[in-house]
Amino acid sequence: MDKNNNKAWLYLLPAMIFLGVFMVYPLFDVMIYSVEEGYNSASQTYFGIGSYNYNYVLRDPYFLQALKNTFILVVITVPLSTAIALLISVGLNSIEKLRDFFQTVFFLPYVTNTLAVGLVFMILFKKTPYSDGFANLLITAVGGTAVDFIDGPYWAKMFVMCFYTVWVVLPFKILILTSALASVNPDYYKAARVDGTSRLRIFTRITLPMISPMIFYLVITGFIGAFKAYSDVVAIFGTDLNAAGMNTIVGYVYDMLYGDSGGYPSFAAAAALILFAIVLTITCINLLISEKNTHYA
Amino acid sequence: MSQNTDFSLIEKQAQRNERIRKILTYVLLTFWALIVLFPFYWMILTSVKSYSVYNSEYIPKLYTLAPTLQNYHDAFTAVSLGRYFLNTLIFTLVTTALMMIVTVLAAFAFARLKFRGKDLLFTLFLSLMMIPNELVIITNFVTITNAGLRNTYTGLILPSVTSVFYIYLLKENFEQIPEELYKAAKVDGTSDFKYLWKVMLPICQPTMVTIAILKVIECWNSYVWPRLITDDEAYFLVSNGIQEIRENGFGRENIPAMMAAVVVISIPLIVLFLIFHKKIMAGVSRGGTKG
Repeated sequence: MDKNNNKAWLYLLPAMIFLGVFMVYPLFDVMIYSVEEGYNSASQTYFGIGSYNYNYVLRDPYFLQALKNTFILVVITVPLSTAIALLISVGLNSIEKLRDFFQTVFFLPYVTNTLAVGLVFMILFKKTPYSDGFANLLITAVGGTAVDFIDGPYWAKMFVMCFYTVWVVLPFKILILTSALASVNPDYYKAARVDGTSRLRIFTRITLPMISPMIFYLVITGFIGAFKAYSDVVAIFGTDLNAAGMNTIVGYVYDMLYGDSGGYPSFAAAAALILFAIVLTITCINLLISEKNTHYA
Repeated sequence: MSQNTDFSLIEKQAQRNERIRKILTYVLLTFWALIVLFPFYWMILTSVKSYSVYNSEYIPKLYTLAPTLQNYHDAFTAVSLGRYFLNTLIFTLVTTALMMIVTVLAAFAFARLKFRGKDLLFTLFLSLMMIPNELVIITNFVTITNAGLRNTYTGLILPSVTSVFYIYLLKENFEQIPEELYKAAKVDGTSDFKYLWKVMLPICQPTMVTIAILKVIECWNSYVWPRLITDDEAYFLVSNGIQEIRENGFGRENIPAMMAAVVVISIPLIVLFLIFHKKIMAGVSRGGTKG
């Protein structure tokens, strides 16, 4: 037993070193950073301890813009993507022919490089002096006026951002919901059909309650993911997100850390902790709501 | 008699409704499939249009009559696409290999070995899953910079190795192997390591493959960490390469060449996906999340 004991730690050693250096230590370190005022990364000195970094970040117009963008993105994409995923999954579950084919196609965005496909979206939506772009072709075809979705008005940029985000997150949600739907015991449906229950009633009274744990799981992970939006946005608007007015909270953190506006790990740490606090709060609220409404079979 | 016809009428009505519902379902699914596939079609289409053809189309055409491979040639010669590709390949393979070793050893310890504080330690491990990457990346950036590891493979790889979730996944899988097998091996005098290598890994091969593929996808698409840690083009990964090509590459307007680069970058994962799509989808639905 004792011999086993020592050997176990040997097996765990690599994992513990990696996790210790790159996860546990940084977790505490980032909190220290966030309260060190006037930290200078070149000389590694600071003036004092306090909440100045938080005050600075919360007053920074770039941060407020990022906060606003992120909240709009979250509020639009989380319900929308969950609803579309539900619709598509129900559709997928009701067919037999081509089901595997559709399932595979729908999952494709999950494995593609976000940056690479984002560039394609940018080109589809961009209006240049040489061309109005494909999206505008469709808009003018139905009688609208062409808009530059990449450098144009705020709502147009927000639309592309939300559209691309939904495109990127749907594969995961469709996959989860399809397998949740497939695992509902068919006896319930048969019983309901014998009783002559209408389709809508079957859906709202049997299907939805049975898959509600998975829906809540998707909503919770969806919130967390959307609050951390960054790569998708960079893919469309380029690395200078502040100039595009489309920065996100995570983008603000990285800008503070590195790049032309970087070199302020204290501000980055404060912003990251604010983000973490927001995500934690929302997740707790979600858990409370789901606790009340989820039906566990 | 009249009741009989009523029934057949009702049945016909129901059948028609059923058919309409089927058609609507297929229309919806096809519509979304088009939205998913269209960007891929567009990138391939644009990548085979020549520069002059692309720029002369004020209204972009949905087809081309004179496909060219010139853009692919440009993608590999005018920018260092080959270099980005190689970097990503090295990064992906080394990170995945290291991750597998670390994960297997830790999962084995948690699943089979007995030691004091095991449950507590495992709970601590699991609680690490809640820590968002954005929080720890700040210190990691400083750590790697201070260690002088910016613009090195080591700096890119080290912080990407850890994966608590895969340790958990593999541990669960290891535990499904009957304990009797382990005891029998012990009686025969087999060492722990040999048992792990000769018995457990072969049995758990499907899970191992799934984990490896998911990690490869994650590595191939990673953007944030490489961007922070490399500013020397010689160490760019494909994601950063694409961003670089977009901002300083072929000249901003050479979109066909950019699309050729995008196609080249996307192909490896799409091929991987087409081969392993069942495995990948099963693995992801068991609890993987994106990002």
